[in-house]
Formats: sequence, C-alpha cells, structure tokens
Amino acid sequence: MKKILALIMILALMAPVFAVADDMPVVKIGVYEPASGDSGAGGKQEALGVQYANVVTPTVTIGGVEYKVELVQADNGSSTDKAPSAAQKLVSENVSVVLGSYGSGVSIAGSQYFADAKIPAIGLTCTNPQVTAGNSHYFRVCFLDPFQGTVLANYASKTLGATTAYCLGELGNDYDQGLITYFKQAFEALGGTVIKEDFPTGNSDFTSYLTNAAMYSADVFFCPVSIAYSTQIISQAAGQGLEIPILGGDTLDSNVVAQAATGTNVKIIITTFYQEGANAEFDAGFKAWMNSDAEALTNNGGNDMIAAVSVMGYDGYYMALEALKAAGTIDSAAVMAILPSVEIDGVSGHIAFDENGDAIRTSAFVKTIDNATGEWMFVSEQTVD
Amino acid sequence: MNKEQSKRPFIVTWVVVALIYAAVFISEQIMPPSSMLFTVLKKGATYALVAVSMNLLNGFTGIFSLGQAGFMLIGAYVYGIFTIPLDVRAQVYQYFNGGLVQFTVPVVIAMILSGLAAAFFAFLIGLPVLRLKSDYLAIATLGFAEIIRAIFQWNNLGPLTNGSNMLRLFPSFNDFNIKDANGKVIVYLSTLIPFIIAGVCIFLIVMLIRSNYGRAFKAIRDDEVAAEAMGINLAHHKQLAFCISSFFAGVGGAMLAMYQTTVQAKSFTSAMTYEILLIVVIGGVGSITGSVLSSFLFVACSEWWLRFLDEKQMIGNFEVPLLRNGFRLVVFSVIIMIVVLFFRRGIMGDRELWDMGADSKAERGAKQ
Amino acid sequence: MWDTVFPYLLSGISVGGQYALIAIGYTMVYGILRLINFAHGDVFMVAGIVMVYIVAAGVPLWLSIPLVLIVTALVGFLIERIAYKPLRSAPRMSVMISAIGVSYTLQNLVLYITGGLNKQYPTIPWISETIVLDAAKTKLVTVITPILVIILVAALVTLINKTKIGMAMRAVSKDFETSQLMGIKINNVISATFVIGSFLAGVGSVLYFTNYSTVIQTSGAMPGLKAFVAAVFGGIGSIPGAVIGAFIIGIMENIIKGLDVILFISGLIDKPLGLATFSDAFTFALLIVILVVKPTGLFGEAATDKV
Repeated sequence: MKKILALIMILALMAPVFAVADDMPVVKIGVYEPASGDSGAGGKQEALGVQYANVVTPTVTIGGVEYKVELVQADNGSSTDKAPSAAQKLVSENVSVVLGSYGSGVSIAGSQYFADAKIPAIGLTCTNPQVTAGNSHYFRVCFLDPFQGTVLANYASKTLGATTAYCLGELGNDYDQGLITYFKQAFEALGGTVIKEDFPTGNSDFTSYLTNAAMYSADVFFCPVSIAYSTQIISQAAGQGLEIPILGGDTLDSNVVAQAATGTNVKIIITTFYQEGANAEFDAGFKAWMNSDAEALTNNGGNDMIAAVSVMGYDGYYMALEALKAAGTIDSAAVMAILPSVEIDGVSGHIAFDENGDAIRTSAFVKTIDNATGEWMFVSEQTVD
Repeated sequence: MNKEQSKRPFIVTWVVVALIYAAVFISEQIMPPSSMLFTVLKKGATYALVAVSMNLLNGFTGIFSLGQAGFMLIGAYVYGIFTIPLDVRAQVYQYFNGGLVQFTVPVVIAMILSGLAAAFFAFLIGLPVLRLKSDYLAIATLGFAEIIRAIFQWNNLGPLTNGSNMLRLFPSFNDFNIKDANGKVIVYLSTLIPFIIAGVCIFLIVMLIRSNYGRAFKAIRDDEVAAEAMGINLAHHKQLAFCISSFFAGVGGAMLAMYQTTVQAKSFTSAMTYEILLIVVIGGVGSITGSVLSSFLFVACSEWWLRFLDEKQMIGNFEVPLLRNGFRLVVFSVIIMIVVLFFRRGIMGDRELWDMGADSKAERGAKQ
Repeated sequence: MWDTVFPYLLSGISVGGQYALIAIGYTMVYGILRLINFAHGDVFMVAGIVMVYIVAAGVPLWLSIPLVLIVTALVGFLIERIAYKPLRSAPRMSVMISAIGVSYTLQNLVLYITGGLNKQYPTIPWISETIVLDAAKTKLVTVITPILVIILVAALVTLINKTKIGMAMRAVSKDFETSQLMGIKINNVISATFVIGSFLAGVGSVLYFTNYSTVIQTSGAMPGLKAFVAAVFGGIGSIPGAVIGAFIIGIMENIIKGLDVILFISGLIDKPLGLATFSDAFTFALLIVILVVKPTGLFGEAATDKV
C-alpha cells in the first residue's frame, strides 16, 4: 500500500512535466490573484477575465515563433502575509509577466519579489497610487484612487447634494484607506464634512457603525470595502432601514453585491471601469464561455452577469501579449523594458501608460443597483476636470 | 563520564552546523535565486528562531504563553520604523506627512532595538500576567497580543506606526547580496544572513539554557513549589525567561519583516502564534534541535512540497480527485493532528543534536 | 442621551445573547475538563456552514434548523471522542494544543469545502423581518435572542439541578477523580457536556448568522474568543455568570464602537478619536483586568488550586 501511495505521489509530482511535453514552446503568464479570503470572490472574477482571454487567444507569436500561453495561478489569500510565498511561487515558475492583483495591499506586498526577479507586473484593478509609485516594474490598466475618490466626492456633493459623508474602511486595507483619504480630500474641498471610522479585520457586526452614520446625520455612507464586508453591510443596513445611499468604489461592482441588495430598500451607487453592454461582442462571448463552463459560472458567483474586474483581466491579458510581441522574446526583463511604450485598444477603452506606468484614463462609470431585479444600471459617465 | 567523552558530541554538532552553513552558502551561489528552496530556507530560519524562543518559555520554563505574535509585531514594526530610508519615508507615510521618525539606524542596531522593545513590553505585561496559572496565563497573553495589534493600528499613532497601513521599502534579505557597479549580484548572501542571525540567537539561547539560569528554569517547569523551596526566586526567573523569550521573538519579528518586505499589524494574528506553537509541538516540547528541524519541515511542507495538492493534477487522462485550492491545508492539518495525538513527543522528544552521538541512556539518566 | 445610547444597547444585547450561547459551552467544558476548548468557536462556525449547505441542498427551513442542531451536537461529540479522549491522562497543555489543532483542522476543512469564499447565510423568514423599537429599527432576531437565551438557560439550569446526568456533571466538575471512584461514567458525562455545549452553539449560530448574513472559515474565531472571555469574566464554571458576562461584553463592545458618537453628541469631544479601533481590544483588556483583580470572575467559586 505504501509503495503504491509513493508511486502515486511521484506520478502526481511529475504530471506537470508530461503536460508540457507538447511540441509548441510555452510562455508563462502569472495570475497573481486572491482565490480565498475577503477578496477571494473579486479575485476569482478578475482571473476569469484572464482565463477567458486565454481561451480566445491561446497562442502568441513572439519573434516569429508561435508560443502557447500558459497561465500560472497563485493564490495570495487576500492577505499581505500570504502574498510573499504566492509571489515567490510565480517567480520560481519563471513567468514572463505577472497580472494582478485584486486588492492594492497584496499587490504592494508582492511587488518587491517581482522587482528582485526583474519580472514586470500589470495591475488590473489595484487602484492605490502606491502600487506603481516609485518603481519601474509595476504597471496598471485601471484608473487610480485620487481620480476615483474625486469622482465619488463630486457625485456625492453635486448630484446627491450631500454635506456630511460617513466613511467606513477596514483597518490595514490599503485600498479602503487610500480611497477614503482621497475621497475625504475632495469632499472637504467641496465644503463637505467627513467622518471616518475603521473596523477590525474579521468584524461582522456592522450595526453600530450604521447607527453611528445615522447619529452623525450623514447624507451618504461611503464604504469602499471588499465584497465580503460590503454584502454584510448591505444586509444589515436593510435590517436597520438605512435611508441614506451607500457609496462604494470599484470593489462593489459585483453580482454578489447586487444579490445582497436585491429585494431591499438600500440604494447603492458605485464607480467602476466598465458597464455591461458597452461591447456587445465581448459580452456575448464571455457569457457564452461562462455558461459552458460550470466552474467558471461558480467562480462568477453563480450567474453570468459581467463584473468590471473580469473586463480588466481580459484587457490586461492582451496588454501582456502585446508587450511580449513587442519585446520579441519571453525574457521578462526585456518585456519590462518595452512595456511603457505598449498601447492597446481594449474592451474598456484605449490603454496607454503614463510615466508612472499608470493607464491614462479620464472617465469612470457610475452605476447603481436596481433593487427589484438585482441588475446593475448605468447612471452616468463621469470625468474630472 | 570523563570530559573527553562528553565533549565529542559537541564537536560533532559544530561540524554538522558548519556543514549546513557551507551547503547553504554554496547552493546559493550555484542555484538560480528564484528557486523555492531559498524562500523556504529564509522563512524557515526566521520561524526557527521564533519557535526556539517560544520553546524557551513553554518547553523549558513551563510558562504557557500565547503572546508570540504580539512580540513579533513589535519587533517587526520597530525594525521597519527605524530602517526605512529617509528619501522614501514621504512615500511610505503618505497619509502622515512622512512620519515622525526622521532618522535611520544601521540594520544590526535596528534588530537589537526590535528585541529590546519587545522585551520591554514583555516586562510591562509580565508584571501583572505572570502571576497567573497555566491556561489563564495563555489566554491573558493571547489577549495582550490582540491589544498590541489594535494599538499599532490606531490612526492617532499614525505618525509613528503609519496607522493600519503597511510599512515597506526597508532593507530586506536581498539587500545583503553583494553587487557590482551595474547592480549585478556577485556574491549571494540573502539566505546565509538569516541563517547567521538565527544561528547566533539560537546559540545564545542554548548557552542560556545550559547555564545556571537554564537549570533554574527547568526546575520551575518541573515543580514550582519545589523550585521555590530550593531558593529560586519564582517571580524573578519567570520574568527573566519571559523577557528573554520576547527579545528573541522581537528579533524574529524583524527577520520576518525582512523576509516579507512589508509589515502590517493586521497579519500578526493569534493564528500566527498557533502556527508557531504547532511547530514547537511537532519538533518536541523541550528540544531546541526539534524546534529548528520542525520549522524547516513545516515551512517546506506548507510553502513548497505540498503545494501540488492545491492544483489539479493529471495522471495521463485521469484527474486526481479532491485536489484543489485548500487541500494542502487539509492534509497538513490532518498530519498535525496525528502528531499531536499519536506522537506526542514530537520529532525529537526532549533530546538534542548533541545528545545523539553520546550514550543517550547515560545522558538522559544524568539529566533526570 | 437615551436616544443616543439605545441603538447601541440594542446591538449589544443582541450580540451578547449570541456570545452567551457560545460561552455556555466553554464554561461547561472548562468546569469539567479544565480545558479551554479552542475549537468551540469553530464548532459554531461549522454550524453556520452546515446550514448553508443543507439549505442549498433543498431541505426546507423547518427541517434544516433541527438538522443543523443535531449535526452540530454530533460534531462536538466526535471532536471530544477523537481529539480529547485519548489525551485524558496527558498534561493539560497537550489537550489544549490538541484543541488548537482541531480548530486549525476545522477551519482548513471549511476553507477547502467553500473555496475560501464568504457564503451567504439563508434568510430565515419571520426572524429576519425589520421592526421598529423606540425609534431604532432592527431585525426581529435582535429581540428574540435575549428571550431565547433566558429560556434555554432556565432549561439548562433545571437539567443540571434536577436530573441525574446534571448531578453527575456537578459531581465531576467538583472532583474528577472522586466522582470516577463513586461509579459515575465519566466519559458519558463529558460527552453529554460536549453535546449540550455544541447544541447551544448551534442555536447561537442560527441567531448570529441570521443577523450578520455571511459565513467564512474564520467567522468563529473572534466570537469564540469573546465568548471565552465572557465565560472567564462571569466566573468560569458558572452558567449564569457566563450569560451575564456575555451580555456585558456584547454591550460594552458596541458602546465602544459608538463611543465617539456618544461623546461627540454630548459635547465632551469636538472631533472623533477613532476609538472604534479598540472594540475588539477592549474585550481583552477587560479580560486581563478581571484575571488580575478577581481571577474567579464575577460569580466563580474560589477553588483551592491543588498543587
């Protein structure tokens, strides 16, 4: 019995070796995303976009040779202490470029490992400025928090007429803390008052925070937190009959959040990267693929509603392919050197990098949830002057 | 037993240790730095130090403390606060105008400060807590670790601790590599350095355990009342063991910061303490060698060897069932439960490397 | 002032009641085995996950709740038989480590099964409804919790005082060895303790997760620790003590979360201090104070420590 077990173990270890024994050379792209933890749901949706892109375009021609693109996944567990080993795993697999991660904190935590190995990373939806600031290996295809915070503050102040905003973030979550800071700056510049509170990681009783917002007579409840917490906040807000709108960032753009708000009276307004319907061809293809793959559908939260993060994953994949083509080699250092000048026309619009390695973006979509149907509805496209 | 005989195992020990260090140094020069092996060695060395420091308390003094993560947190933060280069402080402390501390100290001094800060906190905590008995003490120290975590996350301390945001860009293990003018690495030291730091600290702990103080600690563990009757000052010795253990936990925290390249209070949870406690138990409560061995085994299994359990594996066209994200941890926890239930003495029991060569029966007899 | 504080009291009483149901399990096990059952919080979490999967499998709600309670009690029973019973004669530290190992195993098992994602807890009709209570809106479960806790505790106290197994439990917690010599089947008593404790944790989980809507593998850790603190606070081994301790901790914790507002509205401070950060830490500070000042807790009996 023991011997058989040992044999199975050895075979299992060697399995990847057999899998690669194809005739086509392979280029590896690292998918550095959370598959568990508070951001797991979002990370899975983001990875879905990358996987779909990989199904659509499984090969790439680099320097005249056709390569098979292999995705290497690493779960950073939504936590900064698990991030190093996930990043190290990608490095040890010799990936040419890394995509991700959902969540700015884990992106920053893994950053140094990619830098030391001279592997470029393309952030898909990590919006905190610190991800790309002061380094030359991290790029990103989405907009940034100073921009998003300003858009949200403008919307709250000008469209909703809010004068007091209650902000709630998770302690030690760089995304929450960053976005709230920029929202606060912009909202106060518009003459508003901001009250900011934090909850400890793992908290699930938000009733007192909701009471706090009411006590301060806030006009909006701004909670750009991860999906796990936002669904809890929404359901408890429904229970307490919260009357003010909940404002959120791109993390809330998920069908999981929409499901939580369905059948309640909680109004939710968010900013995000993409609105379903903007690119009919992509939408149709992506939905068809998810519906044909049970696992993909599960990872998307059970239905085929398109999350904006999946679109960013899709665009990020093509950005990586374009960079590989332009570099003409699978050497990661060469890809890093060429990346600043790579441009693509993605599903989410034209993407080109500025001197920081950030995508130049001037508009964000504002969406809200139809509480009756549980669908995301387009409100407006916002720019900042 | 004559002196000649009792010295031999120590020579053997030194030779083994020297060989390990040489192997680490050589393999780092010849193998690609991206290999998972080095990650495991770096993290393993860090955990080895922390596990040994916990063993000093739990295994040798009989104080069941669960505050390890809290002391590591203090160490990691002190290290980060004092070593982040001045020119990037504005970037790290972005919400706090570059922070309060506007100077840096050399890495070695920062590490010692880390240890001292942790020891100082341990001293304060120890005053009320060490009077408590076994599991009450455990739960009180666990509580203290949680309180420390909340304090470090408090926004009003932001200028010092950066609030709940991460500290980063401080010197990490990779900065020990010697580079030429073009930034190309000539000599790799990034794995050897953590080995040296952990090695020196563990050596100090071993010396302590073999001194009069160490014998007093063991006496307290075996029977508090008898120890007191023999003239051992209980409060004094417990406080001493607690502070020394915390000192090394603090240094371990600084090493963890260097390994992770970022520090955030959020990640120093009680789960981290439990992990270290399990390492100590697997290695054998009361064996330094065991703690060190099991640290490397634990890290290698969780980060490297069992990773394949987390991914789908195909044998020919047959997909191995059950394998998907998280399975590694299930297998891992089952192994741990088996050790805890059926191999209660762990890998080494209470034996040490230097006991192995000698006539172990005589040695053990002499010990008891 | 009352209008300001009332909503926090309400949140506190609700969460306190849920802590109470977990704390009873801690205090009973500790009373008998002198073991901090670290896995108890995870049993509570497992109850939540089991409910999610049972309902997802199509079992109607009226059947699924009793089913969850039975499964939870069974889980508690099995944990004791597998992980604690073999260590009956081992040092206390070994058993505690085994408890930590069980906690680790349960969490990882749930992580594996759920894929590490938050699971939406099924909505239980009636008790999820919103009601208005003196200007504060809340879910009906908030009001039901304390009432249910009182009923359950009354039943439990009767069980312990009036039945044979209850008498055995009291005897064992007084003196383990002697009661064994007197012919009490110690293993049955211990199993009964675990079954009752887990059953109550199961009830607690239904109330808790109805209120807070999602379950993940780490959901049980914090409530578990806090319930333990509540048990110590009330005097470990004392059931009414654990319940009162739990209510005090639940209320204090929510008052801390709202302390900034309360101070702000009453004009004592002019800008928020961010005290909500300490909502968890406060519980532990309370624990340490009580351990140092009055180690037997509010209602604990002073037991002479045998050397």
